[in-house]
Amino acid sequence: MTTKKTTKQSFEDSIRRLEEIVEALERGDVPLDEAVNLYEEGIQLSRACGEKLKATELRIKKLSKDMKGQFEISDLEQ
Amino acid sequence: MANDRTILSVTDVTRQIKLSLETKFPRIWIQGEISNFKQHTSGHLYFTLKDEGAQISVVMWRSRAASLLMVPEDGMKAIVRGSITVYPPRGNYQIDCDQIQPVGVGELQLAFERLKKKLSEEGLFDVAHKKPIPEYPETIGIITSETGAALQDIRSVLSRRFPSLEVILVNVRVQGAGAAEEIAEAIGDMNRYGKIDVLIVGRGGGSLEDLWPFNEEIVARAIYHSTIPVISAVGHEIDFSIADFVADLRAPTPSAAAELAVKDRRDILEVLGNMWYTIDRNVSEMLSSFRENIGRLITSYSFNKPKDLLRESNQRLDDLERSVSVSFSHVLQFAQQRCRTLDQRLEALSPRSVLTRGYAIVRKDGIVIGSSRKLRTGDVAHIEFHDGTIKSRIEP
Repeated sequence: MTTKKTTKQSFEDSIRRLEEIVEALERGDVPLDEAVNLYEEGIQLSRACGEKLKATELRIKKLSKDMKGQFEISDLEQ
Repeated sequence: MANDRTILSVTDVTRQIKLSLETKFPRIWIQGEISNFKQHTSGHLYFTLKDEGAQISVVMWRSRAASLLMVPEDGMKAIVRGSITVYPPRGNYQIDCDQIQPVGVGELQLAFERLKKKLSEEGLFDVAHKKPIPEYPETIGIITSETGAALQDIRSVLSRRFPSLEVILVNVRVQGAGAAEEIAEAIGDMNRYGKIDVLIVGRGGGSLEDLWPFNEEIVARAIYHSTIPVISAVGHEIDFSIADFVADLRAPTPSAAAELAVKDRRDILEVLGNMWYTIDRNVSEMLSSFRENIGRLITSYSFNKPKDLLRESNQRLDDLERSVSVSFSHVLQFAQQRCRTLDQRLEALSPRSVLTRGYAIVRKDGIVIGSSRKLRTGDVAHIEFHDGTIKSRIEP
């Protein structure tokens, strides 16, 4: 639906993938070497999510238009 | 008599009438009922103000019409402010109006009900048209006044719940003349800008007049046409605006809008913790069953070269099992801990890390062998250690 601006996996994608890994492991039909891979993928995803949750400062930017109607982005004075 | 006769041209007499009327009525308030209301394509408004005994034409130029709180309608009682002007080409006079106030406080309410009914009949409030609000938005657009209380409220809630966000503000006036147009334009701009996952449109509490821009048709239509989901956040709990009815989600206040827009990161951490519990438990169980199988393999068959190594690794598996059960006892505390700590500990339990502790994986033809029954005398097995793989043959 939305176009991602970077190839980086979105937070939502990471959570969804973690849910898939949980489901696959719970079904119990995953061979051990695949489980090992899933486990490692899960660690990567969890680290990415954790990083995202660690941020402490909210950044607000202001969107405005210049004389020609082109968008400008600036930092909002706190 | 004939000599006294001063003959005036039509233009002359009209000029005198104009001068006389316009000096006598420079600014007046007139109360009456609106009829023959017409909005010209140019944006100018024309109507007649009448009572039981008389009527008078009124014109309101586009620039002033923009400041109206509501669109006048036939039958509406109003007080009109303006000056009398004479229009010589047509030989008529009219009120050049700069303000129209509905009579009685009920008028705004009536205007509200009328617009609500109209838009409802058009389907602008249909549930089928409402878009889902994304569960984990990364960019949130806010349309409000940069000096208003609403922005501060939203900011503090977002900071507390999920600060790792990109927040894009479009500063608009949220009350008074032109506010509705600015809000509608901002909604269009956010859509054109295009990187926004969800929009919060609103302002803090105020009088009905203050909140009025959010009851205007132009704002309602802009919300309806937004491809970005819109959360409305207008005034207090008790205030309902037209914007609320059109929005994909109505928040009772700006703070509540921020709470509806993002999950609390503590809740997300708990969800992550629970998922890890499940992953860890499943993989640990697979490990211990694999350990049993290796045990069987050792007792059933003897290996050529790596026999001693396997014995050793079997002992170390005891250590592994101990550390796994330690992880079970602590697993419920995961949610309260930082994800990074969690990662580090879980990584230590990873099957690959375990290889460095003397544990080995047996494969035949690239497939992990989980059971001694899968190997026969003469089979070639590859045994993977942390630092490499060796080839072995099963002996009788």
